[in-house]
Amino acid sequence: MSLPFLLEIGTEEIPDWMITGALNQLQDHFQTLLDQHSLGGRVAWAEATPRRLALRADGLVERQADTDEIVTGPPKSAGAGAAAGFAKKMGVSVDALSTESTARGEYLCYRKKTAGRTSAEILAEQLPSLILGISWPKTMYWIGGKTGPRFIRPIRWIVALLGDNVVPFEVAGVASGNITRGHRKLGTNSIPVTVENYRDSLALSGVILAATDRRQKIESEMSILLDQSGLHVRPDPDLLQTLVFITEFPTAILGHFDEQYLELPSEVLVTVMRHHQKYFSVEDATGKLAPRFVAVMNTNADPDGLVRHGNERVLRARFNDARFFWRMDQQKQLADRIQSLANVTFQAKLGSYLDKTKRIAALAWELAAMAQIGEVAVERAATLSKTDLTTEMVKEFTELQGVVGGLYARAQGEPEEVARAIYDHYKPESMEDSIPSTIEGRLVSLADKVDNLRNFFAIGLGAKGSKDPFALRRAAQGVVRILVEGSLEFPLSKLAGGDPHLMDFLLDRVRYYFRDIRGFAYDEVNAVLATDADNLPDVGKRLTALKAVRPTANFEPLAASFKRIQNILRQAAFTGEGNPNEALLEAGPERELYSEFRRVSEAARDSEYLPALEAIASLRPAVDLFFDKVLVNAPDAEVRRNRLTLLKGILTEFSTIADFSEIVTQ
Amino acid sequence: MDSFQQTKFKLETYWSDHGCIITEPYDIEVGAGTMAPETFLRVIGPKPYRVAYVQPSRRPADGRYGENPNRLYKHQQLQVILKPSPEDVIDLYLASLEAVGIDLSKHDIKFEEDNWESPTLGAWGVGWQVMLDGLEITQFTYFQQCGGIDLDLVPAELTYGLERLVAFLQGKNSVYDIEWAPGVTYADVRLADELQNSVYNFEMAGVDAMWNLFAIHEGEAQRLIDAYAKYPDKHRFPTLAAYDHVLNCSNAFNLLDARGAISVTERVGVIARVRKLAVGVAQIWADQQAAEVVA
Repeated sequence: MSLPFLLEIGTEEIPDWMITGALNQLQDHFQTLLDQHSLGGRVAWAEATPRRLALRADGLVERQADTDEIVTGPPKSAGAGAAAGFAKKMGVSVDALSTESTARGEYLCYRKKTAGRTSAEILAEQLPSLILGISWPKTMYWIGGKTGPRFIRPIRWIVALLGDNVVPFEVAGVASGNITRGHRKLGTNSIPVTVENYRDSLALSGVILAATDRRQKIESEMSILLDQSGLHVRPDPDLLQTLVFITEFPTAILGHFDEQYLELPSEVLVTVMRHHQKYFSVEDATGKLAPRFVAVMNTNADPDGLVRHGNERVLRARFNDARFFWRMDQQKQLADRIQSLANVTFQAKLGSYLDKTKRIAALAWELAAMAQIGEVAVERAATLSKTDLTTEMVKEFTELQGVVGGLYARAQGEPEEVARAIYDHYKPESMEDSIPSTIEGRLVSLADKVDNLRNFFAIGLGAKGSKDPFALRRAAQGVVRILVEGSLEFPLSKLAGGDPHLMDFLLDRVRYYFRDIRGFAYDEVNAVLATDADNLPDVGKRLTALKAVRPTANFEPLAASFKRIQNILRQAAFTGEGNPNEALLEAGPERELYSEFRRVSEAARDSEYLPALEAIASLRPAVDLFFDKVLVNAPDAEVRRNRLTLLKGILTEFSTIADFSEIVTQ
Repeated sequence: MDSFQQTKFKLETYWSDHGCIITEPYDIEVGAGTMAPETFLRVIGPKPYRVAYVQPSRRPADGRYGENPNRLYKHQQLQVILKPSPEDVIDLYLASLEAVGIDLSKHDIKFEEDNWESPTLGAWGVGWQVMLDGLEITQFTYFQQCGGIDLDLVPAELTYGLERLVAFLQGKNSVYDIEWAPGVTYADVRLADELQNSVYNFEMAGVDAMWNLFAIHEGEAQRLIDAYAKYPDKHRFPTLAAYDHVLNCSNAFNLLDARGAISVTERVGVIARVRKLAVGVAQIWADQQAAEVVA
């Protein structure tokens, strides 16, 4: 008979962003438990709300199968003493032993039968450690002092049912049972459930168990609220995800704010609504912010409008604060704030933000000169880039650093390219984020990030393992993306400032970018980087060409031949250079290869990478024929050296786009 | 509509009915109810304890001369400590909101992750900010460590921001419009405090005097801490008096901070000095508590 199983871990409110990770672990660990103990069964679903992690499995056996195992003991010839010892070890009398004949003679053995245990027994034994074994980003203890059980928040109830019966165990002082709890307001605190009616019982008690159902409810209500208004919610998947996991019964409501606040920059309004109040912004068809917001309640209705009214009141106070900060901040120009940066520490060993500002202004100037664009605007933007750290607005809304500086610069009459560069200079802040939109912004952003990287590495605080408190990995990734996507041909080694550790760190990010983000094969990336890794836009172009030529018939066999050439040269410890002596070339395949080599180098010399690679690939028949017919290790030393010189010439000449020997061939 | 003091009485009565001692505010300047010894020291050690008190909390840097409707130099926290935290602590808390007249069936309550850490006290905990219709009305924390000491009995700390809560209940957009008692507004009672102390804190507090006060209290606290090891009759040792000097240090630090007299670099160092004292006092207190249990 197969049985269904239900587990619910009831807790106080779990932080929303940790829930899906924990649920995935629970599901994986539970399936592993079933498999390891041969209990049969598959996890059917796993769902969570802020107050519960739940899972159901179907098809568990009632009891494990019995096992029958033959344990071989000492040889029969070892005597009575050995037999008694073996019987004792097996916990039986000597009579219970039998003998078996093997190629090596007769041996004592014992047929050990183990009765399968019930699933209920095994689950009861294993579930406490499985539950407490879920790893969380941060845990707490609440009973039993520091050595007590640890979880993300206190566990308050456990439902564990196998078929109709409770699987009895205790975890963190809570005994398992068949009683769940409903929504804090819409339900009751004591609801008996069965495996079959669990979801429906919760639904009747104000809990929508499935995250997808909660998400759908929010989404459909948002569109209903704005139906016919010509307005829509500005999409925000992260916020939606947060709200799905901060509610057990979400309901969307529409709120209003006074149009007068629209005079504040939309960035500020959206930040207040999103980060501080978890509201969705609303915009019209042109993308212009409307004086509306959508809040999501954790309850079913707002019959008297009290919730809407309360949220509107809070938002008004927040907007008033923001307007107050804006007005206060305008009393002091960004340029007049530069000196105050001396009082803002960047890092104890790296000085203040004034010191940092001086460094990035100098670096930005240098980069602008290299890029041959006007240095003045770039340096101005770099000089003002950190001044917004002293404004009230950024002290209150730290996530708006840079953005606020850019808005203030514009309001204070700085040139648009300066304002835009300041606004953008923290970009890209994630893989999804775009790089700064202007060349000035890109250069200031590069200067800022390179300065972080060089200096943290210089004082031994580079990122190690998963620890990256100064977000250097993100900075390095930003550098790589700005160089490639912004087509800036600055030598990477120059940006690394001669620090080999930093160079390696950057190269790691280069590989990650081209492989995991752009989707090039790892051997293509290795082949291209082995040739040159300093000019990243060029790396991108060579990779694109390599990827295009790779599926053609001649390419991979030629790559294999290049590997062969490299091995031959290595084995011969050949260090010669220059051109082969034409007089020594044998007529036939050798001379043919040489003339093909001349032809192809001519063709490849000034062409784009793709035609060049196509030309190189066309060498294949000549190379194949050469290896087929010509003995490189000719008895005559002169001839041998000449052949090696020819091969070396081919290898050197055609490895400027990629080192083909890195290509993994079939 | 209940007045400010009426709401305060109701909360005190509610928690008194649930086994809390009601004490008066601590009589030394503190930045938060957590710093009063009724919380900071009482949460340490193996003895259960339940207490509730209103604590006027001074944050010199938050002063706005009485001009900002929501920001105060000195606001009043209603602080509740339930040690150890009971199993139904959240239900108890929600019922306290009902007790002051919030009909939860008509409002939206959310618990949003908000962990608390005080570098000056060597203390941290995990918990939530409780949001009522989008307004943060309570900080709820399970303490884990205090004065660098892992806690034996994990307490729940509930901190209600009284001005916010009452402004919500009375539907006022400015704390100054809150009715404190019938016919008396919050402005009548507190506006002068806000204005005059903002002037003092930002413009007139003597920087040298504050550094001197800091040094004097630091010295006195450290002298006492050092004396404990050799002090014969441990249970008579004046740990509470030493702690008062730590609080005075902390207040001097806050005033210096508001005056802009502490650079960001110095800041870390000064915080570490206060923390060292707080940790020293906490260890002595823990030692005394443990001895008492044994006796």
